[in-house]
Amino acid sequence: MKLGKRLAGLAMLALTLGFAGQAVAAEPIKIGVYLPLTGQNAFGGQLELEGIQLAHKQMPTVLDRPIELVVVDNKSDKVEAANAVKRLTERDKVVALIGTYGSSLAMAGAEITEKAKIPGVGTSCTNPLVTMGKKYYFRACFIDPYQGAAAATYAFENLGFKKAAVLMDMTNDYAVGLANFFSRSFKKLGGEVVANLKYSSGDQDFTAQITELIAKKPDIVFMPAYFAEGAIIMKQARELGATFRLMGADAMDNPDTVKLAGKAAEGFLHTTFPYDPTMPTMSGEAKKFTDAWKAAYPEKDTNVNGALGYNSYFMIYDAIKRAGSADPEAITKALASTKDLVTPLGTVSVNATHDAEMPVGIIEYKGGKRVYVGEVTPKQ
Amino acid sequence: MTLEMFFQHCFNALTLGSLYALIAIGYTMVYGILRLINFAHGDILMVGAYFVFFGTFAFGWPWGLAAILAIVGASVIGVAIERVAYRPLREAPRISALISAIAVSFFIESLAVVVFSGQPRPVVQPEWLITEWQLGQVRILKLTAFVPVMTAILVAVLLYVVYKTKPGLAMRAISKDIETTRLMGVRVDNIIAFTFCIGSALAAASGIMWALRYPQVHPYMGIMPGLKAFIAAVFGGIGSIQGAVIGGLALGFVEIMAVAFLPELSGYRDAFAFVLLVLVLVVKPTGLLGERLKEKI
Repeated sequence: MKLGKRLAGLAMLALTLGFAGQAVAAEPIKIGVYLPLTGQNAFGGQLELEGIQLAHKQMPTVLDRPIELVVVDNKSDKVEAANAVKRLTERDKVVALIGTYGSSLAMAGAEITEKAKIPGVGTSCTNPLVTMGKKYYFRACFIDPYQGAAAATYAFENLGFKKAAVLMDMTNDYAVGLANFFSRSFKKLGGEVVANLKYSSGDQDFTAQITELIAKKPDIVFMPAYFAEGAIIMKQARELGATFRLMGADAMDNPDTVKLAGKAAEGFLHTTFPYDPTMPTMSGEAKKFTDAWKAAYPEKDTNVNGALGYNSYFMIYDAIKRAGSADPEAITKALASTKDLVTPLGTVSVNATHDAEMPVGIIEYKGGKRVYVGEVTPKQ
Repeated sequence: MTLEMFFQHCFNALTLGSLYALIAIGYTMVYGILRLINFAHGDILMVGAYFVFFGTFAFGWPWGLAAILAIVGASVIGVAIERVAYRPLREAPRISALISAIAVSFFIESLAVVVFSGQPRPVVQPEWLITEWQLGQVRILKLTAFVPVMTAILVAVLLYVVYKTKPGLAMRAISKDIETTRLMGVRVDNIIAFTFCIGSALAAASGIMWALRYPQVHPYMGIMPGLKAFIAAVFGGIGSIQGAVIGGLALGFVEIMAVAFLPELSGYRDAFAFVLLVLVLVVKPTGLLGERLKEKI
């Protein structure tokens, strides 16, 4: 009897302890999310939120504690973005945060996280300034110029071209950054850049530049333009009888590119993020992401913004797991040392400037169709 | 630079210059008669291009029909703008009419964004225009020859109207002295409406050719061509039709040749155009063919 009582008592004790233990463990880890859910960037923000929520559903607990997402709308506004981050860090006491679509919004947010000493992971803010000089800010995407280096690697190594030229909008930071990185990498790889021609935003006549390019006989011309002017460049190049290939960057990644350029788009190449619903062979992670997405949002197509949202969450999740703690300083340290994380967007490593380095996808237009032809990891 | 390349550049310049010239004529005509810089001119160009886009692409009309209807439609809009935005200000200080013109320009652009959406749309070029002649190394797209020829025809028609017809006589009279012309029994308002009608038709014609050459339409497509053509008109002497033609061609050549001879400075081709404008105005403040007019009160 006595023994029985004792045992019962022990059992009770164990139970209470167990419960108590569980009660401590059940304290959720809060991760903040600030995204443009209304306003002009709402479209992109919504896609990324869906990706983050999907990742949360797949990975709901870490270190035996549940993760709680605190979502705040930054209304596509810089002031609102700063307020949102302030609210998340001060009132909600999040240990890390995710956001945002739009580089200018992320820059406003990064100022606040820096003071609050809370790590942040940007989703698709590709402007180099977002993480520049920031100890606590990271991003799940690569920066704009990185694609320039990738384009050079693809042109030199995969296509075997030795002579390249550049045509860029010199009034646009995006284009200048990409074009310069392209030239630098192409030269370092051993190629020759035979011409560097410029135009300014709003120009519609490129005949002089193209005639000049034809005379210099490059194998490939890199032109990091936006799709509307890019399409005009393609058409004029074809009209003037140019035989060189044309290559652009992700600003050309628009369904209208082929509509605007028509037949002139044939053979055009551009870089993009390494996830595409049409990719011929998907890695295991990409396939897992695609299937999970289809199950969660059957009425919506998978997209790269969703994948970037997914990856942002995944990077923080992985950092907490590796740090073994939900302390913001420890998470920051772990994020900075992210290496070879296998994600839907390929193998991700965080570099010295806190950008996610991953392979760059290559799109080619064949027979009037946009085809994902493969990936390239930039050298140099 | 090889000779072939030089000829290729010349053809590119001739096409671009003709487009500038055609737009510049519309500016200069309205200015010559009313002393009003019609800032909405570039936007009428855009409207004309959109009409053609809808005619050919959405309704599948033949190019000729769509072009004619676009020109008629743009003329009607031009006359309506004059009636609503400029006529009530005829007696007001000139600066008021200028502000009204800027407002009309913004209004048309914003309306176009709402109605047509801000997305650029592709224009389908007629097949026969995008075949080329090959002369040695020089490739001449039929389209690039078509534009200067059309410009020449339209300029000839315009000169005939202005110098050989009764309404043309009335236009020239209004440009000298509007009150005296009225006293001579000329229906000044009708003649001014007619001027806007021709100006808008020219804008639409240049819009159509612009859309053929740079096969895209979007709501802000008229701004840069309008601005460049305005420079061309001032350069040639604003108010002079011949001056506008010379100014437009000169601007086209300067822009193309700047890139051709100084490729490393290719991004500054607009700056070359402006420097040339400043130089001409310093030497000859009224432009190349401008008359020195007494300021009218």
